[in-house]
Amino acid sequence: MDDTLRTKLGILADAAKYDASCASSGARGRKAEKDGIGSTTGMGICHSYTPDGRCVSLLKILLTNYCLFDCAYCINRRSSNVRRARFSVEEVVAITLGFYKRNYIEGLFLSSGIIRSPDYTMEQMMLVARRLRQEHGFAGYIHLKAIPEASPWLVEQAGLWADRLSVNVELASDISLKALAPEKDAPSIKATMGQMQERITEARAEKRRFAPAGQSTQMIVGADSTTDAAVLETSAGLYGGYGLKRVYYSAFSPIPEASRVLPVKAAPLRREHRLYQADWLLRFYGFSVDEIAAGGTGGMLDLDIDPKLAWGLKHREQFPVDVNAADREALLRVPGLGARAVERILRARRQTRLTLDDIARLSTGVKRARAFLITADNHPLKLTDRADLRARLAPPARQLELFA
Amino acid sequence: MSVAAARGTPGDIREVALRYGTDRAGFRTAVRALVAAEVPPARVVWRMAGPDEPAMEGGNADLFGSPGPGIASGEAPALALPRAVAALADLVLCHSDPARFALLYTLIWRVTRGERQLADNPADPLVHRLGRMAKAVRRDIHKMHAFVRFKALGTVNGRERYLAWFEPEHFILEAAAPFFRTRFPAMDWVILTPHGTVGWKDHILAFGPPASRPTLPEGDGFEEGWLAYYASAFNPARANPSMMRTEMPRKYWPNLPEARLIPALLEQAPARVAEMLAREAAAPRKRDPQKAVAAMAQQAPSSLEALNALIAASPAFVAGGTRAVLGEGPLHPRLALVGEQPGDQEDEEGRPFVGPAGQLLMKAMAEAGLSREAVYLTNAVKHFKFVPRGTRRLHQKPTASEVKHYRWWLEKELDFVRPRLVVALGGTAALALTGKALAVTRERGPRQLGAHAGYLTVHPSYLLRLPEESARNAAYAAFVGDLAAAKALAEAA
Repeated sequence: MDDTLRTKLGILADAAKYDASCASSGARGRKAEKDGIGSTTGMGICHSYTPDGRCVSLLKILLTNYCLFDCAYCINRRSSNVRRARFSVEEVVAITLGFYKRNYIEGLFLSSGIIRSPDYTMEQMMLVARRLRQEHGFAGYIHLKAIPEASPWLVEQAGLWADRLSVNVELASDISLKALAPEKDAPSIKATMGQMQERITEARAEKRRFAPAGQSTQMIVGADSTTDAAVLETSAGLYGGYGLKRVYYSAFSPIPEASRVLPVKAAPLRREHRLYQADWLLRFYGFSVDEIAAGGTGGMLDLDIDPKLAWGLKHREQFPVDVNAADREALLRVPGLGARAVERILRARRQTRLTLDDIARLSTGVKRARAFLITADNHPLKLTDRADLRARLAPPARQLELFA
Repeated sequence: MSVAAARGTPGDIREVALRYGTDRAGFRTAVRALVAAEVPPARVVWRMAGPDEPAMEGGNADLFGSPGPGIASGEAPALALPRAVAALADLVLCHSDPARFALLYTLIWRVTRGERQLADNPADPLVHRLGRMAKAVRRDIHKMHAFVRFKALGTVNGRERYLAWFEPEHFILEAAAPFFRTRFPAMDWVILTPHGTVGWKDHILAFGPPASRPTLPEGDGFEEGWLAYYASAFNPARANPSMMRTEMPRKYWPNLPEARLIPALLEQAPARVAEMLAREAAAPRKRDPQKAVAAMAQQAPSSLEALNALIAASPAFVAGGTRAVLGEGPLHPRLALVGEQPGDQEDEEGRPFVGPAGQLLMKAMAEAGLSREAVYLTNAVKHFKFVPRGTRRLHQKPTASEVKHYRWWLEKELDFVRPRLVVALGGTAALALTGKALAVTRERGPRQLGAHAGYLTVHPSYLLRLPEESARNAAYAAFVGDLAAAKALAEAA
């Protein structure tokens, strides 16, 4: 790997890092032939962590950061002064294999700026994936960004090579998308997601391999005035309507060469964190968007406490619940108890009546949970209804962000 | 395991000496003997040999191959333990805590003494503790899969060779090795650790003795590239070092090349962010590539030839398919006939409807007053899906999702061809045209097919498959009738 290539890698990795997704999960187990390379595991592996605490699982790069689009929130938009570079198909293949053989990565996440035309760009990206699979027997993870403006037959091909496909909805509100990303079009984004979902579902039923790890998307939060409730409403629609595996939230952060139409201030990272927690409540804890939103104010989540605790504090009439008698659904709603802890509680209480010490062994959130739980040896009594319960459970205020 | 373990009266203190590492066999033998002799956990002292001690103290060396006097296999029967206990023991034995043997024996003792379901109670303090140990082992295995870094040693006999040094916290080498074997079959590699060595050479996995840190070769450009990648992937506006340390604890840093960048990246982060904010007001470069942006909209193929070139260059969506067999015939014909997929002969010749079914179709068309030259002929699926059987290639019906992969092309093709009427020959063509499965025999006849005025009939290969002659003749006559009816409809349109 020479200096020029390394410089390009620096530019095109820098350009790709604003996409939050890096997961290598969800692919069903696959392994290389005798003379090939690579495997996928269900969980995925994070091979490193950058000092921002984010996982490095895939080689996340753009094929090029030249782009004809002019999306205000994107560092690579055509009117940005950012430094540009372009990889050849062979270069991406060589770097992916070189990194993979040294066990730096789980695979490739390839995206690109739009050059010449969406079809041309998408074909180049697919060529990378196809070469890796066909010429090098590569069985590692491949995540391809699908370009919704590309012709539909290209999406059909992408799923043959990729484990995961994604199209970014970018902004929860179609109006904001129109304002900030003039070349993008919400209906065509949805149409592409619908096409991918249909094919993924059919192929799974037929036991064919077509994007076996499903599809995901990303929304930027804080670049417009959309509320958390509206963001979550969009997510719920995407999970329900398009069978998405994940919706990623990316707090708008200052980018070099920012556009003038964007807010100067970064969205707090905690907002992104709370949205992820709320997203989990939607998918695994049986909460509705309205219930989650009710925990905050004006459609925005409480930034200081987690959304389940926020909901619990406003619905104290439903607590305390008896940890030795309540059903799974009720336990999942107890602040501090995660889905794993609930499974452990259900297993353990078949054999014993659970005490507060037992709960401490089964859950790491016992400090929050105890105000909402009756155990064999403890009743929270008035604790549940104390006016200062929120203050007692909220973590002391501290500076989480560099820019608050 | 020491012989002394199994003999004597229950009141004595027994000492069990195990090999360095996990010593599953030694532990299993000892537990069987101890349970059989009814020795309670409090009366057992467990000892593990050091890494350089091949023999046990007291002269009872290496007894695992052959049972020693007094513990003939018949005397200490295998224990039937619940699966949860066995699974837990498997992991906990890898833990580096010297207490692991005693804790596991206590669990097994209690399980064999009436607490059969004990391992299923995660609230029990012992099970909880063992569960945490198992979790630590799983995590260490996972981190080894993640954090081993291979150094390239060059190529020997056509196989690339790689070397790594890794320091796991627990005795996980054997448990972690299969992952590397599965992932890197085509290269030879060695992973050295203070607990042992594992290597893969010419498709054979082998374990070796503990190693000390080797002198690793310099990077070969890829490592420098990896460092450049790591530095670029960091977003200084989101620095969160404690989160990083939770997932990538410092103990792993010495063997991670990228970790040496961390201090500088963190130190420079605030200045980089300040600079970004200061630059924000910079005016955008005057780039307004109107022509290029306008040209983007014209990416769709502009002619049937252009579309056919795309189809020919694309990979097959079905297994087999050596080449795309494209449609043929005049533009704007009265009729376009859509079949299922090319067969063996069509694939050979690269033309639609030239095999046995095609010949039958030509005969029927002639009887209905249609010539091959006057109609447009194509298939829903453009490639021959088959499985090889000896020298033959057996036709396979395309699945619904395979048919749908090809739909966009068929739609675009018919947009260019613009026939007055589209005839779907069989269910696959109907599925491709409408997106829905239609029952051909029931819904046969004129009908809308997607955006086209259409006519649904059987595929000629159906006629070839009918075993009885009378049924075949009747079906053939009906097929000719359908073609004639479609022709009449198209002429009236």
